Amino acid sequence: MFDQALEGVRVLDLTQYIAGPFCTKLMADYGADVIKVERPDGGDPARYLGPFHEDDAHHEKSGIFLQLNTNKRSISLNLKVTSGRFILHELVKEADILVESYAPGVMHAWGLGYEALAEINPRLVMTSISNFGQTGPYKDYKASELVLFGMGGEMHSIGMEGREPLKEGGNVAQYEAGATAATATMGALWAADRDDEGQHLDISIFETQLGGVDRRHAALMAYAYSGRISVQQAGWLGSAFASGTLPCADGYIEMAGGGHLFPRVIKMLGNPEFLQDPKWLKPGAGADPELNEEFNEFFIPWLMERTKREVWEEGQKARVLCGPLYSMSDLLDDPQFVGRAFWTKLDHPHTGPVSYPGAPTRMTETPRQMRRPAPKLGQHIEEVYGHLGYSRDDLTRLRERGVI
Amino acid sequence: MTTRAKGKTARLPLEGIRVLDFCVVWAGPFATQLLADLGAEVIKVENIHHWQPMTRGFVARPPKDALPDLPPMLGGYPDSDPGLRPWNRCPGFNNLFRNKKSMTLDLHRPGGREILERLVKECDIFYENNVTETMEKLDISYDWLKSIRPNIIMMRVPAYGSVGPYRNYRALGVHLESVIGHSLIRGYRDSDPSTNSAIYMGDYAAGVQGAFTVLAALHYRKRTGKGQLIELAQAENAVNFLSEAVMDYTLNGRVQGTLGNRNMFGSAPCGAFPASGDNNWISITVSNDAEWKGLCEAMGNPDWCKEERYADQYTRWKNSDQLEEDLSRWTAQHDKYEAFHLLQSQGVPAGPVMNAGDAHSDSHLKERDFFNRITHPEAGTHNYPGFIFNMSRTPPVIRNAPCRLGEHNEYVYKEILKISDREYAQLEAEGHIGMDFDPEIQ
Repeated sequence: MFDQALEGVRVLDLTQYIAGPFCTKLMADYGADVIKVERPDGGDPARYLGPFHEDDAHHEKSGIFLQLNTNKRSISLNLKVTSGRFILHELVKEADILVESYAPGVMHAWGLGYEALAEINPRLVMTSISNFGQTGPYKDYKASELVLFGMGGEMHSIGMEGREPLKEGGNVAQYEAGATAATATMGALWAADRDDEGQHLDISIFETQLGGVDRRHAALMAYAYSGRISVQQAGWLGSAFASGTLPCADGYIEMAGGGHLFPRVIKMLGNPEFLQDPKWLKPGAGADPELNEEFNEFFIPWLMERTKREVWEEGQKARVLCGPLYSMSDLLDDPQFVGRAFWTKLDHPHTGPVSYPGAPTRMTETPRQMRRPAPKLGQHIEEVYGHLGYSRDDLTRLRERGVI
Repeated sequence: MTTRAKGKTARLPLEGIRVLDFCVVWAGPFATQLLADLGAEVIKVENIHHWQPMTRGFVARPPKDALPDLPPMLGGYPDSDPGLRPWNRCPGFNNLFRNKKSMTLDLHRPGGREILERLVKECDIFYENNVTETMEKLDISYDWLKSIRPNIIMMRVPAYGSVGPYRNYRALGVHLESVIGHSLIRGYRDSDPSTNSAIYMGDYAAGVQGAFTVLAALHYRKRTGKGQLIELAQAENAVNFLSEAVMDYTLNGRVQGTLGNRNMFGSAPCGAFPASGDNNWISITVSNDAEWKGLCEAMGNPDWCKEERYADQYTRWKNSDQLEEDLSRWTAQHDKYEAFHLLQSQGVPAGPVMNAGDAHSDSHLKERDFFNRITHPEAGTHNYPGFIFNMSRTPPVIRNAPCRLGEHNEYVYKEILKISDREYAQLEAEGHIGMDFDPEIQ
């Protein structure tokens, strides 16, 4: 009997850094058996990215690596040598899915391109994740989170007019690309089960930004339809009442209260006399500087008398779209997340028990199980290679020759 | 890798899977778009007597002269004209309706619930992303769905979850992103958060994770015959996309502030720098000595590069402010595309900050045939942002243009539900079926 949604699905994970490992993490966290194939000389480079536990830059203590590799098993394998590739072929025979994020052409140069692997296992779904895709003039170009979001995302219109445009926080674009790759891969697995034939998927992080659902796809549509280009504008919808990032007693609250949503704001404010005038609800009223001044003379002091949580609560009572700007400590303390037992404690030999972001979804039949924390480099060499029939002596020899 | 085979494809992966789509705004419709692109038949259930804000437009019937006051994504209608049915033409939403079908139904009118019941019988997945209480008010629960279709998969995507003090809290992506800490780590380093603009990564995260989870649940159903109820709390899900900041707090107790365009991996320079022309920028990230050497080479090895403070990655990072200023003097003299190709030729991660016009004319995207040219009966012919995954054997295709409100009523009622012409006419007269929102809806 199956306890987890993807139990029994076998995944070979040849990815590094963020996008690829997030893709395979989703599979692992839903029950797939994910074997992380790492380079013998140091493993996944994400092991050397911060933040580190107690700021100790140790390859088993990277917070980003620990979170991105839960529930996976790790082996090391040198794909640059023939015997390493031979072992990979053996692993491919038993795999349903292979995900890789090497630069385009690298797998092919190693004799591990899709065509070669499909000969060994025609049902294999192979997913390649790269910055710009496997084809096209930019395919060999290098990138970073900032470069990718600046090209593919709607960075162009984020921030203040006249200043440099701003990226998102952290490495969000790479997470988005990883989740997209996981989704497409599951679609291909469904087709492989039906047709008994796999295929090759080409995921371009650049394109996952352009066509994904942040403001970029809407900006691309607006340009195609009307020729209009989005400009930098602070706040939500630019000029509107009660909109954008607003100050309050102990920080800030984000609110979308303009246009047809303004009656909700009036209700939140207790229906004050002066807001009963129909002039406030006329289309375009929010763009009138005098009306804005009149409104803010009342509204800003109202906000400043309340904490961000108080504004949030009063706003929600009136169905106003809003939320406080939390710091990570606010978030970790928040009763909703704590009450829902969202944060997940995982023990790891190098860090002790630590809270991790919890399950992204709650499935009634197949709830998430944390089977193991992120693996140590090569932790599962004996069980994985042992399963292929390699003895301890074989492994010692392979180790000496730098294959594993 | 084969090129995109537009217009023809093998049997799509999810052919034969039917999704009932009760989704609003972006987070849900993005998930069902991914399922539709994979071949599922997605039926969008809409109500001509109810206007759901920010789902087919900001308002149903914006006056033409108000469009310039709306940002392009909400006011940039084709030819800057809302047209007779603006809800079929709004740029902020239309692309999400490709490959989907639209039917109309009013659950508050007599007969509405019976129709829904017949629909549920024919569906594999029920997908909704409303405030928790909405489904309760409509008296739609997993138990009810299951009593009609025992192996159904129900996906619920509220903002903060269906239990807990915030179960009925309302949010757009930007609001729940504030709550999960994103807004405070993404602004300018030298000014307060009110100088930033709204973005919506929460919608992306919820949509793609929702689609993935449905596929995982389908996989489970195939092997066990069992459907299930799934909840995706958008805020909880999106936290996973900010792991570094969360883990810095849980590992070290450190509350991260904003880094602006810099990163936490010690890259320097790392930023968007002015390029020649008006409001043009180029992003550059240098993370090691080889890339620094490439950057210096691209600039012609000016003397300032050789200063002691730029000797290694650590000192460059320590002197980021000065380094960014020095670099800006060079970038400002160069066209963003010219600098892009020059820097890349030296192995430096760099790229132009592209506006929508840049993307539409980009040569790489043209060669990869990224945009879909779609003719829409009420919007005309345009290039739409394309599929975000490429599949060699079962490539996604445009099966139909973004669905118009009620466009597929005949198909759904007559072909799926086998409703007679006479019954159909009656349902139309009763106000279930139509292609226009009530005239009083502004």
